[in-house]
Amino acid sequence: MAEAQLQVSDEVAISIQNMNKWFGSFHVLIDIDLTVQRGERIVICGPSGSGKSTLIRCINALEEHQKGSITVDGTLLSSDVKNIDTIRSEVGMCFQHFNLFPHLTILENCTLAPIWVRKTPKKEAEEIAMHFLEKVKIPEQADKYPGQLSGGQQQRVAIARSLCMKPRIMLFDEPTSALDPEMIKEVLDTMIELAEDGMTMLCVTHEMGFARQVANRVIFMDAGQIIEQNEPEEFFNNPQSERTKLFLSQILGH
Amino acid sequence: MTDSPNISFVRHVPLPPSPSPVAQTGIIKWMRENLFSSIINSILTILSIFFVVKMVIAAAPWAWNGVWTTSSLRECRELLGGTTGACWSVLTERWNQLVFGFTYPKSEYWRPTLAFVLLMASVAPVLFSRLPRKLLIVSAVYPFVAFWLIWGGTILTPIFVGTALLAAYFSFVKMEQHVSFVVGLLTGLVVAVAVVYLGGFVTEVQAGFIALEPVASRDMGGFMLNLILGTICVSLSIPLGIILALGRQSNLPIIKGICVVFIEFIRGVPLITLLFVANVVLSYFFPPGTNLDLILRVIIMITLFSSAYIAEVIRGGLAALPRGQYEAADSLGLDYPQAMRLIILPQALKISIPGIVNVAVGLFKDTTLVSVISMFDLVGMIRGPIGSSTAWTGIYWELYVFAILLFFVVCYGISQYSQWLERQLRTDHN
Amino acid sequence: MSSPTGTETSGFRLSMLINDTRYRSLTFQAIALIALIFAIGYLVSNLFSNLSQAGLNIKWEFFTDTAGYDINQMPIAYDNQMSHGRASMVGAVNTLIVAFLACVSATVLGVAAGVLRLSKNWVVSKIMAVYVEAFRNVPVLIWILIIFLVMSNLLPQPREFRGDAATSSMWFDMVAFTNRGIYVPSLIMGSGAWTVILTFLASIAGVIWFRRHATKVLFDTGRMISTFLPSIGVLIVPTVLMFFILGSPIGLEYPELKGFNFKGGLHLRLSLIALWFALAIYTGAFIAENVRAGIQAISSGQTEAAAALGLWPGKVMSLIVLPQALRVIVPPLISQYLNITKNSSLAIAVGYMDITGTLGGITLNQTGRAIECILILMLFYLVISLSISAIMNIYNNTMKLQER
Repeated sequence: MAEAQLQVSDEVAISIQNMNKWFGSFHVLIDIDLTVQRGERIVICGPSGSGKSTLIRCINALEEHQKGSITVDGTLLSSDVKNIDTIRSEVGMCFQHFNLFPHLTILENCTLAPIWVRKTPKKEAEEIAMHFLEKVKIPEQADKYPGQLSGGQQQRVAIARSLCMKPRIMLFDEPTSALDPEMIKEVLDTMIELAEDGMTMLCVTHEMGFARQVANRVIFMDAGQIIEQNEPEEFFNNPQSERTKLFLSQILGH
Repeated sequence: MTDSPNISFVRHVPLPPSPSPVAQTGIIKWMRENLFSSIINSILTILSIFFVVKMVIAAAPWAWNGVWTTSSLRECRELLGGTTGACWSVLTERWNQLVFGFTYPKSEYWRPTLAFVLLMASVAPVLFSRLPRKLLIVSAVYPFVAFWLIWGGTILTPIFVGTALLAAYFSFVKMEQHVSFVVGLLTGLVVAVAVVYLGGFVTEVQAGFIALEPVASRDMGGFMLNLILGTICVSLSIPLGIILALGRQSNLPIIKGICVVFIEFIRGVPLITLLFVANVVLSYFFPPGTNLDLILRVIIMITLFSSAYIAEVIRGGLAALPRGQYEAADSLGLDYPQAMRLIILPQALKISIPGIVNVAVGLFKDTTLVSVISMFDLVGMIRGPIGSSTAWTGIYWELYVFAILLFFVVCYGISQYSQWLERQLRTDHN
Repeated sequence: MSSPTGTETSGFRLSMLINDTRYRSLTFQAIALIALIFAIGYLVSNLFSNLSQAGLNIKWEFFTDTAGYDINQMPIAYDNQMSHGRASMVGAVNTLIVAFLACVSATVLGVAAGVLRLSKNWVVSKIMAVYVEAFRNVPVLIWILIIFLVMSNLLPQPREFRGDAATSSMWFDMVAFTNRGIYVPSLIMGSGAWTVILTFLASIAGVIWFRRHATKVLFDTGRMISTFLPSIGVLIVPTVLMFFILGSPIGLEYPELKGFNFKGGLHLRLSLIALWFALAIYTGAFIAENVRAGIQAISSGQTEAAAALGLWPGKVMSLIVLPQALRVIVPPLISQYLNITKNSSLAIAVGYMDITGTLGGITLNQTGRAIECILILMLFYLVISLSISAIMNIYNNTMKLQER
């Protein structure tokens, strides 16, 4: 949509050049070239095993790449621990299985990283946490434990937890795949709000409605390579590659 | 020709529940189903009941007809005049020896008794999370108080050690917040050593300050010795076990190798060989001239032994944690010590508690092995001073029944607690 | 944003030892290794200075010196003029004997108790529960001591078997239970005895082959051959035939009361029996719990699905429940075998001369060579433990459920 395009700036948030990754002898990511502008929202889709999750996990160094370069916000992702720490505090991540810390309350989940990584005083951290919990619309759950919340609520807490670190880029790894259907909408709404606030987002998902509504770019990956990328309307209505057509027919068919 | 039947239906008023039909249960029915449901089952039931009845008939009159007040086996037999009866008086006459050992000074019996009572009080808030958390201060102070009560000496010694640990902890926290984990650790160590060193001077000068009569370690014995060895060794081996488990799980091959070799070595040898080491060989490894008490050497070896088993339990707990927890901690930017302390270890330890309690129970039973290296714990007292004394030679049933009951009560109690705790933890996570 | 910080070729700086993930792990490991070397060096230097002060040094010649002591249970030839090394070997064989006996009986007892514990018969399951809880919660040393004391006090003396006014008699005139031990008939292997044994082993192989063949026939043609009676026949008939054809080459030597003692036959000393029984009953309780947990671990969904397919209870147990339950039961079972082997070292408490009693006891006391003896002793147990663990790993790997 036109309004969405306006928020994309000229600054480069993520620059991936000729990135390759092997798991043992298995070549899992092949010659990945990707540039993400600040404010861009990118949806990555593809069949399972195509390497899409691995790709975004390389960006915040949860996985190591063997060849090529990844630069996030001007910092090169190298083996220097300082660089990795800098990048991780700029990049927030949401997992498919939420990965909330079950032994801490919701509030404590959100204040943990600001207190221990950014050395924020506790009071201030709690204010920040409540602000973002209100943003994801569950401030009243602050003193409960993750086990007491529904899946949709937990994923929204996970989003708030990442936001408390004030990241400039958010990565989403299949955030709604583990949710019951009736809870998917509340999480997607949160993500749409985030996008409208101008957050740079990379999202691995199968939710094509979300892609249509919010994404600037849809990337299709298969067998470790980027096969096709385009604006959403063009991508869905006019897929160029055979593999993209096959995938879209399987996803959108039923 | 006929229309398809009208399939729509709406119930506006729900039906009320009604009582169940005439009672399905009754004791006769229960017995029929459970005890006598088939020929084989009936035979088994009858045989089992017969077996149980036979045992009870043999044992009950003997136990019931006991004599409690004589002072030697011969007198018991005279009193009973040929009827079967237990000579329980060995327990009443030798109670102190069974509980406190052979040479513990009689006037000081109140001290270990007090320590035992305080043990119950200090362990309660750790085991039951419903109790107010302020009671944990009692638990924290207990080791020092108990040391002073049991071994005696001036109260300054435990005070200084306690202060050293407290000072070390605070300096560690301060340094960790502002600089780094490693610097904090080193600072804490330096502070602890400094305080203990200075304290050494003070205690030498003021050796009589609020002092209890010192009791040498070799005077400890009886069931008290089993309890002392059990609690000290389990408590000390838990931190050591955590370190070993983390080391074994790490990616660094040398550290992993060291931990694996240690753990597999300890788990491969029987405890009695390690006790032989404590008895005969361990003093060779200390600088010439140091003279460590036998009980101290035994505590060292049993702690090493137990830490290897606890390390394996904790390793299982660490492995049971979903990988996502590690990843979430990483992606938030927490470094290794922070992730371990705040996220991984609290969860892993919670999962491991039943296993740790199992190891603790096993260790407590294994403390009886010190009787083989001539230390007079409960079993050592029964076989040694009591079993071979002139008044009581030849008696064995009564003493061993007592030992069996004592250990059973303690161990069964602990394992029941562990099962209760497991049930609690299961409902926690959902 | 600022230009990219640093490139891969910026050169090596000292701070990279801590900050760079490639060098960090090496740095930490180097520190750990150096610390370990220092610690070991410190301990070893203390050791040697203490040893030289005491006038001892690490020497191994004592192994060939004359032992000079008797061992009461001698499965292999030994007399007190043989070397310490030989005495240790006798002890080692004794350890293996009692460990093997206890493992077998503990397994039988434990499996039976575990299965009965799950029985619907309330009385039976409660009795098994009492057995398991009572024996698990009391130290094994106490069980060993009390079984030994009970047997030595309650069993009759050999002379009570004598004469017309004998107060005790032998079981079937073959087995005598006395307070010196149990006397059982021993096997006399005549010529041709080994042929009979080989025939028996061959029949076992034959039964296994026969059952495989029956399964193959079922898969190929759908015809079910009954295997139960023919298996028994194949197992027994050839061996019995061979036995008689060769003129009964395997005989029994019965123990007989001569003088104050029984002579002939096999003398199983009380210490062996007490150790064996105590270990078997104690470990059997633990095995029972393992078996129970293993069977209960199979979710009821499995039995329901099998029943829905029409399988009858026997086949449900053997095709569905047992294979899965075994995966859960066998690893802790093997570690219980390990425990039995280690607990057998308590033999020293009742005077059974296992390796701890010979090498770690009498030999150690007589020669004073504490470090050497304890080292070899530990090595012996370590070798057994590591072998058993290796077997367990092999089992686990072959039995691993294939996952994506």
